[in-house]
Amino acid sequence: MAGTSVMTGWEIVIGLEVHCELRTETKLFCSCRNAFGDEPNTNVCPVCLGLPGSLPVLNRQAVEYAIRIGTALHCTVQPSLFHRKNYFYPDMPKDYQISQYDVPINIDGWLELPSGKRIGVIRAHMEEDTGKTTHVGGGGRIHEASHSLVDYNRAGVPLVEIVSAPDMRSAEEARDYVEELRAVLIATGASDGKMEEGSLRVDCNVSVRREGSTELGTRCEIKNMNSLRSLAHAVDYEAARQAELLASGGVVAQETRHWDEADGSTHSMRSKEEAFDYRYFPEPDLVALDPGPEWVESVKSALGVLPAERRARVAEAAGVPVSSEAVATVVRLQLDGFMTAAVSAKADAGLALRRLANEVAGELADSGRRDLDPDGFVRLLLMEQQGELTSAQARTVLRALVAEGGEPSAIAAKLGFQALASGALDAVMDEVIAANPREWERYGAGDDRLTGFFIGKIKAATGGNADLRAATDLLRQRRSTAAS
Amino acid sequence: MAADVRQGRRTASAVLEEHLRRIAEREADVHAFNLVMEDQARSRAAEIDRMVAAGDDPGPLAGVPVALKDLLCTRGVPTTCSSKILAGWVPPYDATVVSRLAAAGAVFIGKTNMDEFAMGSSTEHSAFGPTRNPRCLGRVPGGSSGGSAAAVAAGFAPLALGSDTGGSIRQPAALCGVVGAKPTYGVVSRYGLVAFASSLDQIGPFAANVADAALLLDTISGHDPLDSTSLPASPPLASANLGRGADGLRVGVIAELAGAEGIAHDVASRLGEAVDALAAAGAKVEEISVPAVRYGLSAYYMIAPAEASSNLARYDGVRYGLRVPGADITEMYMATRSAGFGPEVKRRIMLGTYALSAGYYDAYYGKAQKVRTLIIRDFEEAYRSFDVLLSPTAPTTAFELGAKTSDPLTMYLNDVCTIPSNLAGHPAISVPFGTGDDGLPVGVQVLAPALGETVMFQVAEVLEAAAPTGGGQ
Repeated sequence: MAGTSVMTGWEIVIGLEVHCELRTETKLFCSCRNAFGDEPNTNVCPVCLGLPGSLPVLNRQAVEYAIRIGTALHCTVQPSLFHRKNYFYPDMPKDYQISQYDVPINIDGWLELPSGKRIGVIRAHMEEDTGKTTHVGGGGRIHEASHSLVDYNRAGVPLVEIVSAPDMRSAEEARDYVEELRAVLIATGASDGKMEEGSLRVDCNVSVRREGSTELGTRCEIKNMNSLRSLAHAVDYEAARQAELLASGGVVAQETRHWDEADGSTHSMRSKEEAFDYRYFPEPDLVALDPGPEWVESVKSALGVLPAERRARVAEAAGVPVSSEAVATVVRLQLDGFMTAAVSAKADAGLALRRLANEVAGELADSGRRDLDPDGFVRLLLMEQQGELTSAQARTVLRALVAEGGEPSAIAAKLGFQALASGALDAVMDEVIAANPREWERYGAGDDRLTGFFIGKIKAATGGNADLRAATDLLRQRRSTAAS
Repeated sequence: MAADVRQGRRTASAVLEEHLRRIAEREADVHAFNLVMEDQARSRAAEIDRMVAAGDDPGPLAGVPVALKDLLCTRGVPTTCSSKILAGWVPPYDATVVSRLAAAGAVFIGKTNMDEFAMGSSTEHSAFGPTRNPRCLGRVPGGSSGGSAAAVAAGFAPLALGSDTGGSIRQPAALCGVVGAKPTYGVVSRYGLVAFASSLDQIGPFAANVADAALLLDTISGHDPLDSTSLPASPPLASANLGRGADGLRVGVIAELAGAEGIAHDVASRLGEAVDALAAAGAKVEEISVPAVRYGLSAYYMIAPAEASSNLARYDGVRYGLRVPGADITEMYMATRSAGFGPEVKRRIMLGTYALSAGYYDAYYGKAQKVRTLIIRDFEEAYRSFDVLLSPTAPTTAFELGAKTSDPLTMYLNDVCTIPSNLAGHPAISVPFGTGDDGLPVGVQVLAPALGETVMFQVAEVLEAAAPTGGGQ
């Protein structure tokens, strides 16, 4: 069903809601530790357990992190209110969640993808997390479980929910958005961005419409995607489901759907009619939050360098467009420091970018090791630039350097890659020409088919250590010299 | 009393025993307490006595027995809100007011009965049975802090704390013939007060006289970092101007409340005499219109239930208190809440849930909040010309048990004079002022602007001194 053919003539429209846990020392409304993975129900107190008589007190650090996020997403940071979102759920101790509703702290921003496309950010508001329910028995599904266990360590952990505009048009773009957002959140210091620990959770609104249409179709909200891969799969599955439904004359029902990782499909959770009436009203236990322009300004000026700016710097150094994939890769893998080192050593920055985006990124993905230091990287670049290593050799040494560390020249020596200066190549060339006079005569007369023959001989004579491009150049040069 | 204990003229233990003796004599009839903390109180009194003997000063309330309304959290002591749903729950922490009283040397003598979750005006809506008015056992003590008012009126404790959301301190104070005050919203920390309607709830003092009530308020007031709505500035001293009389003060009688429908003629007469007394003391007394107070009752019965519907959601059987098993979580919720809450609480939860529902919010809750703004505006206008305002506290003297339980609206009308202060967040106090035709106490209410506690207690003391004999103690 998730094939691409059903999507022909249809456009996918995606908006994302990303919940980001803030890495504050303590929870949003009490002084309990905010930590992942502790013994269940050890980081709890009357406030985060919602005991009768307890009251929330807003965590200043959480507000600061929320302002950092808003600022990084180019939002307007405004005086805001907290509301109560009322619904019954066992992992929510008060049976309401303190959240922000119609007056959130951050509004009207945007996030620029590496491709250069800007995705609108409608709002980025603060709220408290719920506890975590584990359903025991029945394979973890609530309706089959014999009983449930609740851990309230997570209850009251500060969250910022970032709601995008419906500006994404493909699963790939949704993925890029989450990846970029994650990088921004990490860069602000507000979040560790760990999807696998649930620090970053993504809900997704998907609708489809006929290509060329400007109206939005009926959307479904998809929940329970635990990785970027499942996000992309869920979007594709859901879009195909809707397109097929519409193409066959059906209508899409507005509903919340559950992504099932095991069978790779979405299932209806609840319809619009079954949706909760949250009965929002202003939280009377808290006062209005007005950080004031001075605080906002000081947070803004202390904000570190964000990925988009880093990409611009790398692109400028390498002389390539900022939207190039190599630039995005280097910044995503935090390899900008290597670019800086290459530039300050006056190495070829374009070559540096290619090596980082290809060999280094590839080896990091394969071996996961990271023993490379910028100095070693630059030394290797210079060896290649000065002809001490062929480009093939340099690439091999670089992969070894990433995987195992060490000194580039030592690795080259160990691999038997000898320095082949141009003088040495000249000597080899003389020998090869002398040993094959007839072939040289034909080549000299213009038979270019013999290029391969001579290069093969040179390769054999140098044990593979010759820079073959340099050898080809030299061969041509000898012919023109001989002819004149 | 505290002075005697501090200076070693009497022991805290002797003071306590005297009160425990009165409790032993009359508590079976009155039922002011959900729990008499006999053992804890005895060991606490002994501790106070040891401190005094060792030359330490236990504080301004040294050895004074204090009764606590049973919605104030007390570490290790059950706190029930007079509800079955909190059966077996023991708070692991003390309310801020409880810590402050303990630090001042008070001896907690018991947890007092109340209308369930403070919803009611007669203390008949208690899961543990009604409290009776010590002045006349066939009558209600008022509510919801009826147990605290009765405890002071019966001499079970010289001081008590209650909470006031729409009149729950002042109305029972009036009906029992004691002094009861609701401070400015934010003057006393709500941390550890089990919430009914968070934007209206305030803890306040009960005492047999104005000076003691002022002392108790001054002991518990002040900023608390655990309550975000607690006012940051130092609170006004309630006792600062005691003894200064009322000469030159401007007093306005609120026309809309003095002449409200349902104000009994004897209550109206006492109010008139109170006006005369203040005028005789040199105050300038005039009638003043505060038009928006007429909508107070309606606005209150949107806002308070709305907040309550949310505040009481947590009693779901999952974490503490009563749990009635069900086939699944939804059935467990329903069975627990059906069995655990009494009819008045259910009525208000339903009312509040409805008021907040999609499509109704603006018409009900939203509009009620606008009324609240109007009431504040009208009060502020009145306080341009007056230092304090005056009204009856309750429309009638104490009514008979059962007289109003079948008709919620009549019951709600009891709070018509007290509700506006809660909506405005302003302070108000009820002072006994004579008796009605039935010989039962009548209260007069003194209202003051935000943080006007000093002048409010000053005027209250003048009224107390001028009260006809037979009212108060």
